[in-house]
Amino acid sequence: MKRTLLSLLLITTFFFTFACERRGGPAAGGETGQIVVGYYGDLTGRTSNFGVSTRNGVLMAADEINKAGGINGRQITILSEDDEGRPEKAATVVTKLIDQDRVIALLGEVASGNTLAAAPKAQSAHVPMISPSSTNPAVTQVGDYISRVCFIDPFQGEVMAKFASNTLKAKTAAIMLDFNSPYSRGLTEFFEKSFTKLGGKVVSKQSYTQGDRDYKGQLTSIRSLKPDVIYVPGYYGEVGVIAKQAKQLDIQVPLLGGDGWDAPQLWDLGGDALNGSYISNHYSVEDPSPAIQKFVGDFKARYNIAPDALAALGYDAMRVLADALKRAGTSEGPQLRDAINTTKDFPGVTGVITIDADRNAVKPAVVLKLQGGKYVYQETITPDAPAGTVASAPTPGLSPPATSPPVAATVSSQPASTNKNAPAPKTTPK
Amino acid sequence: MDTFIQQLINGLTVGAIYALIALGYTMVYGILRLINFAHGDIYMVGAFVGYFLAYQLGFAAGPSLLGLTVVLLGSMIISALVGMAIERFAYRPIRKYARMTTLITAIGVSLLIENLFVARLGAAPRAFPQLLREESYTLFGNAAISKSQILIFIVSIALMLLLQWIIFKTKVGTAMRAVSFNLNSAKLMGINTDVIISVTFALGSALAAAAGVLTAQYNPQIDPLMGIITGLKAFVAAVLGGIGNVPGAVLGGLLIGIAETFVVGYGQNIGVPSTFRDAVAFAILILVLLFRPTGLLGSTVQEKV
Repeated sequence: MKRTLLSLLLITTFFFTFACERRGGPAAGGETGQIVVGYYGDLTGRTSNFGVSTRNGVLMAADEINKAGGINGRQITILSEDDEGRPEKAATVVTKLIDQDRVIALLGEVASGNTLAAAPKAQSAHVPMISPSSTNPAVTQVGDYISRVCFIDPFQGEVMAKFASNTLKAKTAAIMLDFNSPYSRGLTEFFEKSFTKLGGKVVSKQSYTQGDRDYKGQLTSIRSLKPDVIYVPGYYGEVGVIAKQAKQLDIQVPLLGGDGWDAPQLWDLGGDALNGSYISNHYSVEDPSPAIQKFVGDFKARYNIAPDALAALGYDAMRVLADALKRAGTSEGPQLRDAINTTKDFPGVTGVITIDADRNAVKPAVVLKLQGGKYVYQETITPDAPAGTVASAPTPGLSPPATSPPVAATVSSQPASTNKNAPAPKTTPK
Repeated sequence: MDTFIQQLINGLTVGAIYALIALGYTMVYGILRLINFAHGDIYMVGAFVGYFLAYQLGFAAGPSLLGLTVVLLGSMIISALVGMAIERFAYRPIRKYARMTTLITAIGVSLLIENLFVARLGAAPRAFPQLLREESYTLFGNAAISKSQILIFIVSIALMLLLQWIIFKTKVGTAMRAVSFNLNSAKLMGINTDVIISVTFALGSALAAAAGVLTAQYNPQIDPLMGIITGLKAFVAAVLGGIGNVPGAVLGGLLIGIAETFVVGYGQNIGVPSTFRDAVAFAILILVLLFRPTGLLGSTVQEKV
C-alpha cells in the first residue's frame, strides 16, 4: 500500500514538473513565438481586491493587444500567480515565474512591501518588472530592471499635505499609520515633511497593524488633541473600520488617505462614516475624456464593475510593456529594459506616462472626495510646480479633471492636463 | 478626564470580548486539562455563521432587534454544535493518550479551520451587516459610548451570570464540577463524563460565538484569521486570571483589555509606541507566571470548572 502511494506520488510529481517545464520553455526571449508575461499579486489574501482588480486590467489590455494582432505578430500570454499578499510568497512565486515559466517580463505588485520582496529576484535574473501601483520610492531603487507606471509616495504625501493645507486650511494634523507597511510609513514621512513645510503641525502619530480589530484607543487619544484633519495612509480593509470607529467617537474632522483606500469593499466596511473624507488617487473614473470613458465602458462590459485606479494602472502597465516590446523588437531582457526605461509620453488611461531617470512615472494626482459610495473629483495636483500648484475645479464634484483649467507650470516633459489621452497637449519635446 | 473615561470604556469593551472567549478556554482546561487552541477559531466561526445567517435570513437589509437576536442565538447554537463536533471527532478518540497528543491535535484543528475558511472564502476582510442602529451616547462630558458597546456589556454580563448559574445551580453544572475534580471518580459515581465534556465544549463555543457576533457589531470587519491574535490574548487572559477559574477568566479578560487600550492611549507619553499593544498582553503573562504561576485567582484548592 505504502509503496503504491509512493510511486503514485512520484509519477504525479514527474508529470507536474513536466507540465510546468513545457509551458514557458520555447517562448523565453527571442524574436518569435508567443510572449509569456508573468503577473503576480494578492488574489486571495487580505488585500485580494488589489490583486484581482489589477489582474483584470492586465488581462483586458493583453486581450485587446492580441486582438489587434499582437506584438509584431506575436501573441501575449499572461501567467498569473497568487502571492496571498505576503512578501515571502511574492518572492517565491516570482522565482517560479522566472525559473520555471521563463517569463520575459513581470507585472506586479500593488503593495510596496510585496514588490520590494520580489524585485531583487527579477533584477538578478535580468527580467524587467513593471509595478503598476507600488508607490514606495525604494521599489525602483532595487535596480535598473524595475520600473513603475504610477507616481511615488513623496509626491502622493505632498499632494495630501498641500490639499490639507491649501484647500482645507488645516493647521494641525494627526496621523494614524499602518506600522508594518512600507507604503504607509513612506506616506506618513512625506506627508509630515510637506505639511510641516507648509506651516502645519503634526500633533500626534498613532500606529496600528494590519488585522487589528480595535482602533478606539488611538482615535480617543487623537480626539483629545483636536486636530483639523486626520491622515490615515492605510489599506481599505482597516481604513473602513477606522472611519466607522472615528464616527462612533464623534470625531467630525475629515479623514485623508491615499490610493490604498480605493476598493469597493471600503464602502461595505465604512459605510456612511466615510462621507467627507478625501483621498489622493491616480485617476478619476468620472473623467469625461473619451479615452477614459471608453476604458471604463469596456471594463464594465467585461467585468460588470467600474474599474478602480488599480485596474486602470494594471491596464496601463500592460500597455506600456507592449509598447516597449514593440519598440525593442525583441523580448530579450536588456533591450526590453532599455525600451521600458525610455518610455516617453505614452498615452495611458491614468495620465501621460513618461518614465524618468529613476524609473518612476511622472504624472499628476487627483484628489477625490468620498460621498455616498462615490469618489467625487475635487482637484488635480501636478508634480513639483511652484506655489499655486492646485488646479482647482470651480464647482467641486461637477467638474472632472478634463475641464479644469490647464496648469502651465509642470516639471519634465509632461503635459499639464491630466488623464488625457487626447493628442492635443502633446507638445514639449525635450 | 474625558479621555481617561473614554479609554476606560474602550478598554472594557475589548476586555469583555476577551473575557467571553477566555471562559471557554478556562472551562475546557478545568475539565480536561487541555488547552483548546481551536477555541479562538470558534470565535471566528461564530462571526462567520452570524454573517451568513444574517444574509440567508434576510436580516442584513437593515437594523432590527429581532434580526440581532436571531443571528446571535443562531450563531451560538451552530457554533456550539461545531465545538461539540470538534471534541467528538478530534479530541475524544485520542483522550486516552498523553496530554501532549491532544494539545498538538488542538493546534492542528485550529490550523485546519483557519485554512478551510481561507480556502473557501478568501482571506480578505468582509463587512458584517449592521444589525443594530449605530448611535452614540455621550457620558461625562465628552466620553462617547456606542450602542454596540452597550450591547457588548449587557450581553456579556448576562451570559456570564447565566454561566455561573448553570455551573452552580444545575445538575449538569454539579456534574461538570465533579468531572473537573477528578474525571475517573466522577465516572465511577455514575456521571456520563462524555456527555459532560460535550456540554462543556458546547457552552464554551457558544460564548465564543457570542463574542464573535458582538465584536462584529462593534467592528464590522471579519476575516478567517481574526481568531488567532484574539484567541491568544483570551488565552493569556485565562492564564492571568488563573486557568480553570471562571471568575478569574473574566477578571483576566477585562485587565488585558484595559491594559492594551491604555498602552495605546497613554503609552506615547512615556515613550511606548502604540504598536507595543500586543506585546503588553504577553509581557503581563510572563510576569504573572513568574510571580504567581497559578494566576491571580487560581489556586490549587479553589473550585474549578
